[in-house]
Amino acid sequence: MSEPVTDGELVRRVKVGELEAFELLAGRYSRKVYSLARRIVQQEQDAQDVTQQTFLSALEHLDGFREEASFSTWLLRVATHAALKVIRKRKGLPTVSLEANTEPQEGYDTVPHPEYIADWRESPEQLVGRNETSRLIDEALQELDEKHRAIFLLRDVEGLSVKETADALGISEANVKVRLLRARLQLRERLTQKFGDPERRFQPHQHVETASL
Amino acid sequence: MKCEELLAMLNEYVDGGIDPGVCEQFEKHLVGCNPCQVVVDNIRKTITLYKAGEVYELPVAFRNQLQSALRAKWAETRGSSK
Ligand SMILES: [Zn+2]
Repeated sequence: MSEPVTDGELVRRVKVGELEAFELLAGRYSRKVYSLARRIVQQEQDAQDVTQQTFLSALEHLDGFREEASFSTWLLRVATHAALKVIRKRKGLPTVSLEANTEPQEGYDTVPHPEYIADWRESPEQLVGRNETSRLIDEALQELDEKHRAIFLLRDVEGLSVKETADALGISEANVKVRLLRARLQLRERLTQKFGDPERRFQPHQHVETASL
Repeated sequence: MKCEELLAMLNEYVDGGIDPGVCEQFEKHLVGCNPCQVVVDNIRKTITLYKAGEVYELPVAFRNQLQSALRAKWAETRGSSK
């Protein structure tokens, strides 16, 4: 069998007029885009709209894609924008975010401290793939607001770097870091309430500096 | 290092981008602090669970709709008129 064609090669073929190459790219990434959209907007019809807008927009703007980012990262950025726009519209907010211009630096002092601390009863390997687990992790994700949800998904699920996540959302890297920490801590809190073993629970404590320091 | 200070460096520690000197202090704290140890472990497991989460399949009707929409867009923007 021949080597699979790279995304970059497919992008070049689209640029010289091969629709089929774009259809191959869409086939490669439609599930990824749709899954991300489902998780951000939390609703199937909206996720379909976001997915369609993402690929139409990608097709339209492909000539402007300079390939300094990977195609999939670029696509996820387009999808995230579309998804957040849908949410703003749903809430009756203006669909153009002014956040980038007005974004204040968020501090670590507002990061909530862990409360329910316990070893989990089972390993992730044992938990994964159960319907019950899928439901619980989806519920915990829904409780995050969309800004924190999008950051967690891009960074921890899709594996974008802090910089790529910041670029995708038009916010500073420093704020990506603070929000990612808040998202991780909140998800940890919820999941540990579900998966934690009450027998192996620890109380958070004011740590006493050891004398050797 | 106190528990609160550790919290602010949790991302760097979990992601592996922590300064070696700070990492040493971080780990020294972990050895003497069960709650922080467990929090770090909980966070790692949380991330692992989400990473391993299912991928949603496109409904067949939507897959077809998407293909038609892309072809229509193609014809409109790059069709024979160009
Ligand atoms: Zn501690």
